[in-house]
Amino acid sequence: MSTITLRTEPAEPVSPEMAARLVEQSSANQPIAPDRKAGEVILNVENISLSFGGVKALSDISFDVKEHEIRAIIGPNGAGKSSMLNCINGVYQPQQGSITFRGQTFKHMNSHQVAVMGVARTFQNLALFKGMSVLDNIMTGRNLRIKSNLLLQALRIGPAEREEIRHREFVEHIIDFLEIQAFRKTPVGQLPYGLQKRVDLGRALAMEPQMLLLDEPMAGMNVEEKQDMCRFVLDVNDEFGTTVVLIEHDMGVVMDISDRVVVLDYGKKIGDGTPDEVRNNPDVIKAYLGTSE
Amino acid sequence: METTFPRLLLQHAAQRPADPAMREKEYGIWQTHSWSAMARQVEHLACGLHLAGLRSGEHMVVVGANRPRLYATMMAVQSLGAVPIPLYQDAAAAECVFPINNAEVRFAFAEDQEQVDKLLEIRPQCPGLQAIWYDDPRGLRKYSEPGLQSLDALVAAGEDFAKKNPSYFRVQVEKASPDDVAAMFYTSGTTGNPKGVVHSHRTLLDRAHAGAQFDKLTHKEEVLAYLPPAWIGQNIFSYAQWLCCGYVVNCPESTGTVTIDLKEIGPTYYFAPPRVFEGLLTTVMIRMEDAGWLKRRMFHAFMDLARRVGPARMDRKPVGPLDRLLYALGDLCVYGPLRNNLGFSRVRVGYTAGEAIGPDLFTFYRSIGINLKQLYGSTETAVFVCLQPDDQAKADTVGIPISGVEIKVAENGEILVRSGGLLKEYYKNPAATAEVLTADGWYHTSDAGFLDAQGHLKIIDRVKDVGRIRGGANDGALFAPKYVENKLKFFPYIKEAVAYGDGRELVCAMINIDFDAVGNWAERRNLPYAGYTDLAQKSEVYELIKDCVEKVNADLAADERLAGSQVSRFLVLHKELDADDGELTRTNKVRRGYIAEKYQVLVDALYGGKTDQYIETQVKFEDGRTGSVNATLRISDTRIFPPVKAAA
Repeated sequence: MSTITLRTEPAEPVSPEMAARLVEQSSANQPIAPDRKAGEVILNVENISLSFGGVKALSDISFDVKEHEIRAIIGPNGAGKSSMLNCINGVYQPQQGSITFRGQTFKHMNSHQVAVMGVARTFQNLALFKGMSVLDNIMTGRNLRIKSNLLLQALRIGPAEREEIRHREFVEHIIDFLEIQAFRKTPVGQLPYGLQKRVDLGRALAMEPQMLLLDEPMAGMNVEEKQDMCRFVLDVNDEFGTTVVLIEHDMGVVMDISDRVVVLDYGKKIGDGTPDEVRNNPDVIKAYLGTSE
Repeated sequence: METTFPRLLLQHAAQRPADPAMREKEYGIWQTHSWSAMARQVEHLACGLHLAGLRSGEHMVVVGANRPRLYATMMAVQSLGAVPIPLYQDAAAAECVFPINNAEVRFAFAEDQEQVDKLLEIRPQCPGLQAIWYDDPRGLRKYSEPGLQSLDALVAAGEDFAKKNPSYFRVQVEKASPDDVAAMFYTSGTTGNPKGVVHSHRTLLDRAHAGAQFDKLTHKEEVLAYLPPAWIGQNIFSYAQWLCCGYVVNCPESTGTVTIDLKEIGPTYYFAPPRVFEGLLTTVMIRMEDAGWLKRRMFHAFMDLARRVGPARMDRKPVGPLDRLLYALGDLCVYGPLRNNLGFSRVRVGYTAGEAIGPDLFTFYRSIGINLKQLYGSTETAVFVCLQPDDQAKADTVGIPISGVEIKVAENGEILVRSGGLLKEYYKNPAATAEVLTADGWYHTSDAGFLDAQGHLKIIDRVKDVGRIRGGANDGALFAPKYVENKLKFFPYIKEAVAYGDGRELVCAMINIDFDAVGNWAERRNLPYAGYTDLAQKSEVYELIKDCVEKVNADLAADERLAGSQVSRFLVLHKELDADDGELTRTNKVRRGYIAEKYQVLVDALYGGKTDQYIETQVKFEDGRTGSVNATLRISDTRIFPPVKAAA
């Protein structure tokens, strides 16, 4: 977050380690920014098949995600979008196929491993701690990065406390970034849906992910909330260079913000390409609108 | 005062370098900027601006919310003898075109991406605009427009220059004279182009000083800067008086956090327009309605006591021992916690101005022990003309002329003012200047009013708005629309009201419900509604509003001269009146004439005796898109009371 370099007189000096990382992030972002689409393949999904008993949720799906792009997975209800995301995320284990993330190939992964590798996600039906404040919810996203052990933390012993302050500062930057300062101390359960979605995104960002999986980030939102969310997704992608894979229903949103789109229908891939290519793909039109024969 | 703003800054930095000058809440922590740091930053900014080519006498636009760097930029501009023009941060892009071209602005300071986008949008219409500096770089990484640069870069260049020319800044500051132009404020005119009000260091400081003396302000005050810096009131409180007294100005984290920040800071010197106090009271009342039985009973019992005893206590009039005791108990149980909850625990001096305040609203705050007072002034008079002394605050007057002010009432009832704080001129507009400023130094306020027996100024309305009823039973009766509207607006359910009656037989009104208050009221009655438009047209809501209107009528009937202004018919509007749609001014005053034009069919229906009227209205959303709202509005008749003859 380059905003930090702006402050004239930080009351609390930023830890050199974090400052270095922030600077590194922003400078690493600079050369990539102009031609983002030229990034390396970061995630490669090959021939994934997933079935639950006799129900084939996904059959033989392959696609790739390049670094720093916004990749959308779309499709009608029941097309297998969430199943696909759950495979990448390690929640489901596909019966066939492999997933390569940053050069490492996996047949199976569990969600913890995936998180350690730098993949964060948000949930369609929100999985926040309703009774906890916004701040604490986002703090939980730092879990993997907290080094001091439980005992030290419970006793608030020197290094543990300093570490906590560092993480709190990081979380404050996310709160600032997502413009939810006014709700910092509000229990999440009391917030309107659109804001809860934002907190969910905040928690995922707290992991400092390399890749962010968003499961229907705009579902159930009004127009204004959707616009805000679009802006945040674009800003995350821009400012931190985070690769974004998103599932979305709202075609307008997908076509506006995605670099490339995969289209699924009944567990099969029926289209893949830029928004324009996908829009003109006859199979996609058929799946979405039906055809008159 | 023989000084200038930059000189005052250097004086504070020299005398108490480590004391806090400003605080800004960022990343959840109040970050303090000391006077010395502030001075250093201003020096670097000034040097940077000098390198960029800002010349003495030139204008520079600053647009954004209250931030230390915005105020630092203003001081830097003034240090070079140039003139900052603060613009409203929520103004539409098109509204910024006139000031920029009128003042031949080449340079602009923009707070963030939103403001930069706005300035870039109007760039084709403002060919003179060369450079824009932004404070917050978020989202601006990929902008490659010529002349767009971060403020950091400007500061860095300035720092470099300052190292090589260590005396440059001080020489520039010393060069300035108190009679140089210090700032220009564009007034949100109701008609035509806005006018640039030109003020010198002397005029602003003269009034800032007089106001500070009147209320004995010291460097220990805490102020929360949350209103637009482009408005002269905020500029006086968080700039002119800040430098004059050297107190601490606190900038909230964001607009959404103002109430939280207010509580954390606990300002000692506070200003808010009546609508903020109204909003706060509405929230309190709603929350009390939802509170438990015991709390509600306690609140109402002690509020009755407060209404009876509180104002007398504030006015330092004798109060009986039993009442004193009960009030102390109330202070412990209700008033104290309430003040704390509102963030007013430490308020020593609180002001409201801009519009008339409802007597009950005003009394409410004074009765719970908040020293709320009224003041009278305008952009042209550098705010301070009349102020209420601590123990003489009344809802229907605006106080006594303070030191350095002369007041005179013209033949037509217009208030004329002479003081050391009057505007120099309207920029490039000698005709408009001549209209308001006479050769012998009197400023024509265009407010109608008079000085009462105690020497307090009382304002009725704008001179041009005070009308007469024509025809019918009340032929020739006085009609003061604002007076009627204000009475209506005091009800928590009514957010805005527009009354018509000049030159007509009857008075009719269009009303905006307060969505929060009426929505809550409807929920408690299990009244379902689909949104603003639907709620506004519910027959139950009409009954509720009708009740309010009839109460106002009864009240108006009590005064023989105003009995003719009773509202005969009214309707509830289907959309909220909005500054973006041009229905309110940027300071949220209703633009009666424009509304009458825009809703011509409704006015005709009100006076034509119809019972309902279909209307379709264009609305502008915040992102600039437009849509339309349509509805069939019902029109309701109300009871008129016979005037109460004054007992002779």
